[in-house]
Amino acid sequence: MSAELGLAALWMSAALAILQLAGGAIAQRNPDAPLAALVRPAAILQGFLAVFSFVMLLWVFAITDLSVKLVATNSHSMKPMIFKLSGAWGNHEGSMLLWVTVMALAGALIAWLERRLPEKTMQATLASQGFVAIGFYAFLLLSSNPFERLATPAVEGSGLNPLLQDIGLAFHPPTLYMGYVGLSVAFSFAVGALLTRQVNPEFARVMRPWVLGAWVFLTLGITAGSYWAYYELGWGGWWFWDPVENASLMPWLAATALLHSASVLAARDALRVWTIMLGVVAFSMSMLGTFLVRSGILTSVHAFAVDPERGSFILALLCLYIGGALLLFALRAGSVSEGQRFALVSREGALVFNNVMLSAILGIVLLGTLYPILTEAFDVRVSVGPPYFNPVGAIFTIPMLAVMAVGPMLRWREDNIDRIKLPIAIVTVLVVTAALAIVLFTSDIGVLPLLGLAFAVGLGVASFMPLRGRNLLRVPLATWGMVISHFGIAVALLGMASESAFTDEKLVAVAPGEATQLSGFTITLESVDPIAGPNWTAMEAQITAQRGDGAPVVLNPQSRHFWAPVQQTTESALLTRWDGQLYAVVGAPSPDGRWQLRLWWKPLVTLIWYGGLLIALGGTLSIIGRLSSDIRRRQRLAREADERADMAALRVENGAAPAGGAA
Amino acid sequence: MSGIKPKHQRLVLVSLALVAIVAAGLLAAWALRNQANYFYLPDQMMADPPAVGQAVRLGGMVAEGSIEKQPDGITISFVVTDQGDARVPVMYKGILPDLFVENSGVVAEGSLDAKGVFIADNLLAKHDENYVPRELQEMSEHQNAYRPEDTVVGYE
Repeated sequence: MSAELGLAALWMSAALAILQLAGGAIAQRNPDAPLAALVRPAAILQGFLAVFSFVMLLWVFAITDLSVKLVATNSHSMKPMIFKLSGAWGNHEGSMLLWVTVMALAGALIAWLERRLPEKTMQATLASQGFVAIGFYAFLLLSSNPFERLATPAVEGSGLNPLLQDIGLAFHPPTLYMGYVGLSVAFSFAVGALLTRQVNPEFARVMRPWVLGAWVFLTLGITAGSYWAYYELGWGGWWFWDPVENASLMPWLAATALLHSASVLAARDALRVWTIMLGVVAFSMSMLGTFLVRSGILTSVHAFAVDPERGSFILALLCLYIGGALLLFALRAGSVSEGQRFALVSREGALVFNNVMLSAILGIVLLGTLYPILTEAFDVRVSVGPPYFNPVGAIFTIPMLAVMAVGPMLRWREDNIDRIKLPIAIVTVLVVTAALAIVLFTSDIGVLPLLGLAFAVGLGVASFMPLRGRNLLRVPLATWGMVISHFGIAVALLGMASESAFTDEKLVAVAPGEATQLSGFTITLESVDPIAGPNWTAMEAQITAQRGDGAPVVLNPQSRHFWAPVQQTTESALLTRWDGQLYAVVGAPSPDGRWQLRLWWKPLVTLIWYGGLLIALGGTLSIIGRLSSDIRRRQRLAREADERADMAALRVENGAAPAGGAA
Repeated sequence: MSGIKPKHQRLVLVSLALVAIVAAGLLAAWALRNQANYFYLPDQMMADPPAVGQAVRLGGMVAEGSIEKQPDGITISFVVTDQGDARVPVMYKGILPDLFVENSGVVAEGSLDAKGVFIADNLLAKHDENYVPRELQEMSEHQNAYRPEDTVVGYE
């Protein structure tokens, strides 16, 4: 019964999305049409129904209702509850339902709370939101119904890929989806503003929290995904330039550019068209990400052809939305009036430069991701990896980092570079000294890690420069957000560069009782024993790691064997110290009783993810700061209006109406 | 730029952005031609071998009876073959993928050395009953039914 209720709710949400689109469209011609008044209620109700539908899906997974096809193919009665629930979105249909649920929820939120924009713009925005949602509802209901029943219930479910039975991964897709959906809201605002020609600072202020929120979620999602790949795959790497990773990085790059250009628009009323353009691009990137991951095209162009219905459906949606958005942009962009101008040496100038650099990096990642798919269509199979992405991306990243260090110190509109000569000199000296010191004290370091380390030091210090000479207690929260995010970039960069420059790796075959040395650690294999978990068995190694004369620490890497579905995984064991991580993996035994151990010492590697968290924290502080200052500004304006009204009323009462009328 | 008209400023900005992005595109196209990592089947590698040291991928079946562990306990040598008689010797130092067995598919990432031995830096084998590296999937397309959507389940 729950499955049928969920499906019914989904159909009703789809109908409401159509109502939302129709109402919003009619309101553009006739604001007093009866349908126009229904746009907001439709969006709110749609949010409720979509959430209800998703809860029903969670429910059938929680009780392992094996008459539902999706449960039977993706779950198993013996799985722990948390993984039963996360199994609800760890598959194609469920994850698409999660997509529309988050989207409907976001639509409901803006319909309920957002009162700052003109009503006509809001209706256009909600209509656009409804338009995007309809495509996804159609996709779900027509080609990937999550609530499909089996004619005869399965006896037992076929399980969930054990690699995915991981707490980090349980929350990874929802986080990314919130990011994607946040960008769809930003896109809808951009469409609304474009349709009603209201591209102004107010629009940027309304859109900005959504962009920031999307950006925070994407940052968290990418950070979590990277850490998951690092410890779960057992390869010791943290970023593989895998198309799935790129699919989440590209929206992040676009969102980063968008939130900075929205800041320029909000503060200075410049970059109007550019901001709209980025809104379209950011949404296109999240659609492209969904397409790449969901269509099967990443597996192979041929896999795409094997399941043409779904793939073509998403491709059609992709073309419709991106094409439609670009067409609208082309038709309307010319009518957006000119924004304010500014000087080259100014805060806006630096932001524009970095926007262009980010776009270039985005283009590079996009081409590298799509290239294998294009060549495969001509039967040439290639893969594109770090030898392409790292150096080509760095060409644009390094100037971006340099400007990022200086930009926040500049004033809006126009500035003189002489004013900030001293801080620039300090940062430059730091970067050069760091680079020289590293070259002197290490041997055989690559150019990119060297530059990464030096710029990380410089940017780390420079990110706090905007605070100099200010009363720290009076610095606005949004400024703290910027400082912390920029510092987070420096921290993550330091971790990445240090990991690639100084990682020490060792592969040995040792018998139990034997010891080996790695970067000051004495690592002893004590024993290897069979153990059993809830749905797996494993060979678990007992390893003690001793640093110098310190206390030995026990590590337990495993080689796990799952039985539903049958699969082997390598569970790494990590020893975290303040200056890095020891990473141990156990391999197969030799006939002579020795076991393979693969060990890495990765200095400062954890900074990569701490940096990611700092970036997200900065974004969150910015949202809070922006929203609260906006609320305060509104309250002040309302109070002043009240006071004026009171004064006018008083004057009327005192018989001084002619004088008060001017106030 | 403060002295010029807004319209001109927009023009300058747009052209600068276009130049940067076109430059990025050209750079990317050039780098892709040089840095893309090509996929070889054993017979292709025998007939037209890549340059020594060039990073490529080799995909095929692990020949029966060919897996040998060297005395150091960490180096493995085996032969990658196809349905025909092409055989490429491979050396690999590292922990074997979990489902790496004879008569099963493998994709090796690495390069040829001067003696014609393929030195693998990384091996991709069947991960589980559903996940198969994409090249392997195509090789066994006619042999096995497979479910393409499973390979990307939940990876977003």
